[in-house]
Amino acid sequence: MPFESAARLDADRPVVNLGNVSKGFRGRIVRVGGPDAGDLERRLLEIGFVEGAPVEVVYEGPVGRDPIAIRVNETVVALRRREANAILAEPAR
Amino acid sequence: MRQDRARSPDEAITRDVVLGRQAGEPAPDAVVCVADATNLRQVLRLVLELKRVGRPLILAVNMFDIARHRGLEIDLDALANALAIPVVPSVAVRKGGTLELMRKLDGLADVTSAPGSSDWTEPSTAEIRDAHREADRILQLAVRRSGRPAVWTARLDRVLLHPVAGVVILLAVLFLMFQAVFSWATPAMELIKDGFAWLGALVATTLPAGMLRSLIADGVIAGVGSVLVFLPQILILFTFIILLEDFGYMARAAFLMDRVMGGAGLHGRAFIPLLSSFACAIPGVMATRVIENRRDRLATILVAPLMTCSARIPVYTLIISAFVPQRTLAGVIDFQGLVMFGLYAAGILSALGVALVLKRVFWRGEVEPFLLELPNYKLPDPKNVVMGVVQRANIFLRRAGTIILAMMILIWFLSSVPGAPEGATEPAINYSIAGTVGHAIAPVLEPVGFNWQIAIALIPGLAAREVAVAALGTVYAISAGGDEAMRSTLAGTLAAQWSLPTALALLAWYIFAPQCAATLGVVRRETNSWRWPIFLFAYMITLAYLGAFMTFHGAHALGL
Repeated sequence: MPFESAARLDADRPVVNLGNVSKGFRGRIVRVGGPDAGDLERRLLEIGFVEGAPVEVVYEGPVGRDPIAIRVNETVVALRRREANAILAEPAR
Repeated sequence: MRQDRARSPDEAITRDVVLGRQAGEPAPDAVVCVADATNLRQVLRLVLELKRVGRPLILAVNMFDIARHRGLEIDLDALANALAIPVVPSVAVRKGGTLELMRKLDGLADVTSAPGSSDWTEPSTAEIRDAHREADRILQLAVRRSGRPAVWTARLDRVLLHPVAGVVILLAVLFLMFQAVFSWATPAMELIKDGFAWLGALVATTLPAGMLRSLIADGVIAGVGSVLVFLPQILILFTFIILLEDFGYMARAAFLMDRVMGGAGLHGRAFIPLLSSFACAIPGVMATRVIENRRDRLATILVAPLMTCSARIPVYTLIISAFVPQRTLAGVIDFQGLVMFGLYAAGILSALGVALVLKRVFWRGEVEPFLLELPNYKLPDPKNVVMGVVQRANIFLRRAGTIILAMMILIWFLSSVPGAPEGATEPAINYSIAGTVGHAIAPVLEPVGFNWQIAIALIPGLAAREVAVAALGTVYAISAGGDEAMRSTLAGTLAAQWSLPTALALLAWYIFAPQCAATLGVVRRETNSWRWPIFLFAYMITLAYLGAFMTFHGAHALGL
């Protein structure tokens, strides 16, 4: 998993990879992509994931709870957990 | 249009048309960006990018009525000011809903007929982030009150994406679709079959006997008829697919099936093309255009013909009715039905297996991301559905009229030239090139249990699988001679002449064999090269030979 090493950006704010959270998670994106994301970063940005956007994990796939569906702003996007791991988010208070 | 980055072939064309780079299409005078009022954020980014293309631009805010209904208030003047382009509200589905757009468009075409300069390049990630910020800023200015989220979409998704209920509903939708494809299409298919038979008979009685009559009746009419008979199934199938797509369900189906498809290295979106291939591989291969990644699309195209298409059904039913006893297992399961089910399952499993080998052995490395927006549900527009179905039918008919027709004529030529000599006792096909080739390849097919009659029937069967049934009829009905054999059904003849291992081997052969010129033609068109249809033919015939070989010897070993 290329993104797991970056699980913490800032010492006093806990951040999570969106690929590791369960249905019902709400938060705000703190980083999209990273050194290993390559073209995936651009594609995530294009479909609507961007720093500062509110996110909520709304559905999980029937097999192995993968892929997941994430609401970002007004859009719902389906993606696999391994791709969602390229997005870092801080949970809502 | 959604994005300017070309991911799938369809998107590449849209981009090139807008940029004026598409060959044969003049650069557009103006670009109308049609925006969904309930999802302005994404459209604003597209508009910001389109402005850089340099063509006159209008933003039509569509579904304005729905947005207002949800409590969303958009200040169109503020939007126009912030973007510095004309903005009009429109309700595309209603009459007169696009009047204002048309008026503005006329005005625009008069004023700015000189196209501006285009400095469009693919934006960097930093530029996309800037566009996000700019879109946010404009939304703050133009949207006075944000609306409620789409209530119905969330309610429906709670059921349709439910891990259990969602899967059950998906299976029910598929079941209904197949019922429709197989039972509703039958009367129309019978009609087309009878129509072409009548046409062939008409030609047979009006033209003098000879090569020309044979070419028109047996080559052109019978050949085109054998492909056109699938038109009703294709129409019904695409009506279902387009209805589900426009409703917004297809993205959900891909979401539910992605993990299952992904296990074989396929993309969630490959689900629909493979499903379509149960009716016929041609619409299935055509439907792969929605798959963005080239290798994902190729893998789907290459395994689509392994799904049990309806042309295999006549071959399967003939052999099953001749060899599989009509009895029930445990009082409920029909034995013949069970064998049929096994043949379908073998097709699916082999398709998944081949996909796995392609993706894990030949094309290792990058895994294409699965990124798919789940759009809000909306009622399909009947006009749009009809147009979509007509367009698919047109593509199919044009192919039936060109490359498929050419292949049919080639196969007719092989099966009828040279003609039978004077006083011939065997059927004419035995003296033709196909007959010679059939006799020549018979030794090669002997290890899999096929006799020379089967070898000959396989050659005209290359045109289309079900043609082999007619060819077997020709070879056997006449070579058996006497009236007695003529009277008995073909199934009876086969039961008397073939051993059970031979019959089972032929079934195994038909699971894999590339016995369909039309599919090879359509793969050639869709991949734009002969390389892939040749590869398809080679791997399928290899699997067919191995499958038949193992079945024949396995059946012998079991003492069948």
